[in-house]
Amino acid sequence: MSEYKMDQPVGASPLDRGVQGIIGEPLNRVEGRRKVAGDVPYAADHKVEGKLAVGVAICSTIGFGRVKGFDTSKAEAMPGVLAAIVDDPRIPRETAGFSDEKLVTGNDRVDSYGQSLGVVVAETFEQARAAANAVKVEYDPGEGRFDAGAGRGGARPLGDEGMVPDTTVGDIDAAMASAPHTLDRTYETPSHAHAAMEPHAAIAVWEGDSLTVYTSIQITSGAKKKLVNTLGLGSDKARIVSPYIGGGFGGKGGLGTECVLAAIAAKRIGRPVKLVITRQQLFHLVYRRSDTVQRMRLACDADGRLTAFGQDSIVSQNDGRPFYEPVPLGSLALYAGANRSFTTKAYTLNIPHCGSVRAPGEAVGILGVECAMDEMAEQLGMDPVEFRKLNEPEKDLTRNRPFSERQLVQCMEEGARRFGWERRNAKPLQEREGEWWIGRGMAAAIRVNMLTNAQARLRIEPGGKVVVETDMTDIGTGSYTILSQIAGEILGMPIESVEVRLGDSLFPAAFGSGGSMGAASSGSAVALAAEDAVAELAARMGTSVKDLTLKDGHAIAGNRRVPVGDLVAQKTIETTGTIKPGAMAKQYDQAAYGAHFVEVAVSGVTGETRIRKVTSVFAAGRILNAKTARSQAIGGIIWGIGEALTEEAVTDPRYGNFANNDLAEYHVPVHADIPHLDVTFLPELDDKTNPLKIKGIGELGIAGIGAAVNNAIYNATGVRVYEFPITLDKVLAGLPAEAA
Amino acid sequence: MREFQFARAADPAGACSAAAGAGRFIAGGTNLLDLMKLEIERPEKLVDISRLPLDEVEETPEGGLRIGALVPNADLAAHAAVRMRYPVLSRALLAGASGQLRNKASTGGNLLQRTRCYYFYDTAMPCNKRDPGSGCGAIGGFNRIHAILGASDKCIATHPSDMAVAMRALDAQVETLKGDGSTRSIAISELYRLPGDTPEIENVLEQGELITHVVLPPPPPGRHAYRKVRDRASYAFALVSVAAIVAVEDGRITSARLAFGGLAHMPWRDPAVEDLLVGQAPGEEAFRRAADKLLENARGYGGNDFKIPLARRTLMATLHDIAGGRA
Ligand SMILES: Cc1cc2nc3c(=O)[nH]c(=O)nc-3n(C[C@H](O)[C@H](O)[C@H](O)COP(=O)(O)OP(=O)(O)OC[C@H]3O[C@@H](n4cnc5c(N)ncnc54)[C@H](O)[C@@H]3O)c2cc1C
Ligand code: SF4
Repeated sequence: MSEYKMDQPVGASPLDRGVQGIIGEPLNRVEGRRKVAGDVPYAADHKVEGKLAVGVAICSTIGFGRVKGFDTSKAEAMPGVLAAIVDDPRIPRETAGFSDEKLVTGNDRVDSYGQSLGVVVAETFEQARAAANAVKVEYDPGEGRFDAGAGRGGARPLGDEGMVPDTTVGDIDAAMASAPHTLDRTYETPSHAHAAMEPHAAIAVWEGDSLTVYTSIQITSGAKKKLVNTLGLGSDKARIVSPYIGGGFGGKGGLGTECVLAAIAAKRIGRPVKLVITRQQLFHLVYRRSDTVQRMRLACDADGRLTAFGQDSIVSQNDGRPFYEPVPLGSLALYAGANRSFTTKAYTLNIPHCGSVRAPGEAVGILGVECAMDEMAEQLGMDPVEFRKLNEPEKDLTRNRPFSERQLVQCMEEGARRFGWERRNAKPLQEREGEWWIGRGMAAAIRVNMLTNAQARLRIEPGGKVVVETDMTDIGTGSYTILSQIAGEILGMPIESVEVRLGDSLFPAAFGSGGSMGAASSGSAVALAAEDAVAELAARMGTSVKDLTLKDGHAIAGNRRVPVGDLVAQKTIETTGTIKPGAMAKQYDQAAYGAHFVEVAVSGVTGETRIRKVTSVFAAGRILNAKTARSQAIGGIIWGIGEALTEEAVTDPRYGNFANNDLAEYHVPVHADIPHLDVTFLPELDDKTNPLKIKGIGELGIAGIGAAVNNAIYNATGVRVYEFPITLDKVLAGLPAEAA
Repeated sequence: MREFQFARAADPAGACSAAAGAGRFIAGGTNLLDLMKLEIERPEKLVDISRLPLDEVEETPEGGLRIGALVPNADLAAHAAVRMRYPVLSRALLAGASGQLRNKASTGGNLLQRTRCYYFYDTAMPCNKRDPGSGCGAIGGFNRIHAILGASDKCIATHPSDMAVAMRALDAQVETLKGDGSTRSIAISELYRLPGDTPEIENVLEQGELITHVVLPPPPPGRHAYRKVRDRASYAFALVSVAAIVAVEDGRITSARLAFGGLAHMPWRDPAVEDLLVGQAPGEEAFRRAADKLLENARGYGGNDFKIPLARRTLMATLHDIAGGRA
């Protein structure tokens, strides 16, 4: 059993030694064919023993107050209804976030619109839904705080409470007062929903006092812990199975109410229960990304060198929740400037609470930074790329530590070249095609890199098949594929000979998918396990690891070439690899970087924006699979374009609800909104990150792209929008009068 | 489940008699089923008309088209005669919904689809249209997509159809069959009602009255345009749309038909606007006066104030595109 702690740079990586030649290749997803053929079970598709009943959550229709009572008599009398459950003290009110120990329970009060108050179970979904609607809830409404505008004034400093503790370096006020060039500007972003394609769903099955829940969750071990804590079960009495996930984006990071409600209902009626959260319910029942207000302060000397760089933000959260959107997470290390301020305040909104949504921190925080950098470059009369290059710091000046690998400048240079940045006009309103103003903008991307504890088990079975098991998940990102590639590369196996099994809490614990650290953490564990297996194979070949070559399912040493299957014919090889984060994470500032270049056309008549061209260049360590990596990048870019142009969960401050709670009115990009996306990864190996020398890429693409869009819109029209999303009405307001 | 009766009609007359009392027709179901799932619509009886033989597009002796109520939106948009002679209709249809939805959506159902008002869609919210007397959630709330013309203090919803806007510009006639066997032909200008005090009553059809056809008169002279402005490039309802058919001869506008989506409880058309244009030379001056007229009584409700300048600019740009007169 191999255990490795990242306390020093890794030297040679097990992947460096592999000769199978599959690592990095743009291989198709190993389960891709079965997925498109509808052949893999998503959460609600699992076949279970026993007669399945269907549950539907009862959700609150007020935003804040007490529940005086329930009348379930009408619902219970409806056809097919098996139970209307409102009397279990473990009824969860809301989805748990990553770091919660358990779900918030108790249906005697309402903290946010649409929270769950109980569950109705019936023979069919339609029966359960109608009965859930027929449950009468008597409320004693309270004075909820639903109005962001009113709340922000009273925001309180977070100090050390947030994920990014408040940090100041030097004296930003003095620097702002004395510099020849300053910018003090506030940007706002609204609440966002995950809106994953697959809704949250669970099937709960009891066998005696043991519970199995089939669900769609990013982190099975964490989910299991929250499940047993919430239900009051022994830790060995629950199992979570989540092999295929139709998108999570952080919303499936903790544990959904559906798992607990289905378990309670299944126990009550003595049958397995399936519960799918409806699309409209999802908007309220799953946490949101906080709205943010970001005050950007930049000061430059006469040459354009930053002397001050600050981002002070306000975020919201519901009462009693520990998570705060870490707005400056990626901003801390991005640019130079001796005087720095990164502080966060929070205020209370009694609307669905806040939690992780793809790239917490950077997805919104880099918008403020990169829009402000564009404005400052303009003020200085400098090219935005040159301005950023001039302010490339030699180390992270906020935390005073060196970078591990950082190729931001290379990303900008390569991106500018591929994009044709020289065609950008220095001033707005210069280029026109018919009624469309053409503009170009750019922004940097950064996403912190992390590593966490993970374990994986590997077996080489008789016949030579390699089986890998870990409770890592594949949320659609390609985990099955890259883990197969890692094991195959190190063991010299074609990918077809590797079977990776994921998403079962009975498997060795990995963190799961989240924070862009899944591949690094579980991938390292698999590599370590594979290395142990290599050592065992060497021993069985009677040679040393150094003198052993593994390729195409064969072990080669000296003049002998033996099928690996023969070496395990007598005895299976089973190994376990464990990775632990170590000193490297503290000593070095680790992040993946990129640069986005965007060309837009903005209608001079209507203010509509069309994205015409996107070039993004990233440097994110070793790329394990060029195809799945590109897919992650473009997925992030597309979301970022939506964040820039359309996405906003709109709260009605009178009720505390999200008014646009379906995908017809919560606008994410459709095909027609997205042009071809030109994505490049620069070669990079980072030996401070993990034994694979990779970095997280799942959340990198979304960072910064929205700022590049905003900067391009300004370059086209001369209109700067300070409140995302940049809907046409906001552009229209600044367009020349009736330029039609 | 909320139980309802289900009947499949064999012929139009059978459909009408099956719907007598409390029956609701279901065609493509792309709107009605969504609303039933959310219990916004709670019909006691559904009469499936999707297999009625009303799926042909025929030429009329006058030189127009008679479109069966069950012709799918996709087929109508692709129909050669529609594309050639009524391009405004084809473009409006293609600007609506998505390929899958247009395959399923019917001509009759499209005309009678209901508003996308957020408060109409959430049964926990006040809404005079869904629950008369409960109030209007949109007034004083989130009303980005709401009406700026012809609204009332009871309801500010818009009609979401694109197709109907083009049909309004084309002076379509809606043919119906009633339970007693009688038929009538309703000008599309008379089909819809403004919200007034009874926003729950959206059109002049009687209970059980079946739309059998939509008749288009011979195509009016001039160039056609349908311009739809929305929050993303496709698959979103109109914030503002303009269906325009304008003829210019010898430097003068000789005929103009202008209908608007996204502005009102019905596809909007204002003869006074068209009258102002006829006889004028196309150009900024004439177009501005037309836009002023159109928006003379426009009123925003906060979130939709931008529709007033947007409608003005969209109208003027569309007129420039098809009638010329750009400086
Ligand atoms: C996500 C989404 C996006 C959309 N985007 C757009 C858009 O951009 N633009 C747009 O215009 N539309 C859009 N639509 C709406 C779509 O066009 C309508 O749902 C469709 O046209 C309705 O037709 P149907 O046949 O499915 O009607 P149904 O749902 O079957 O019926 C709708 C109503 O019409 C009545 N009805 C149907 N046929 C008749 C008849 N012959 N006689 C009398 N009554 C009848 C029904 O009783 C019901 O009340 C969208 C819909 C969805 C779901
Ligand atoms: S605008 Fe009309 S549909 Fe919308 S809430 Fe008001 S009454 Fe209901």
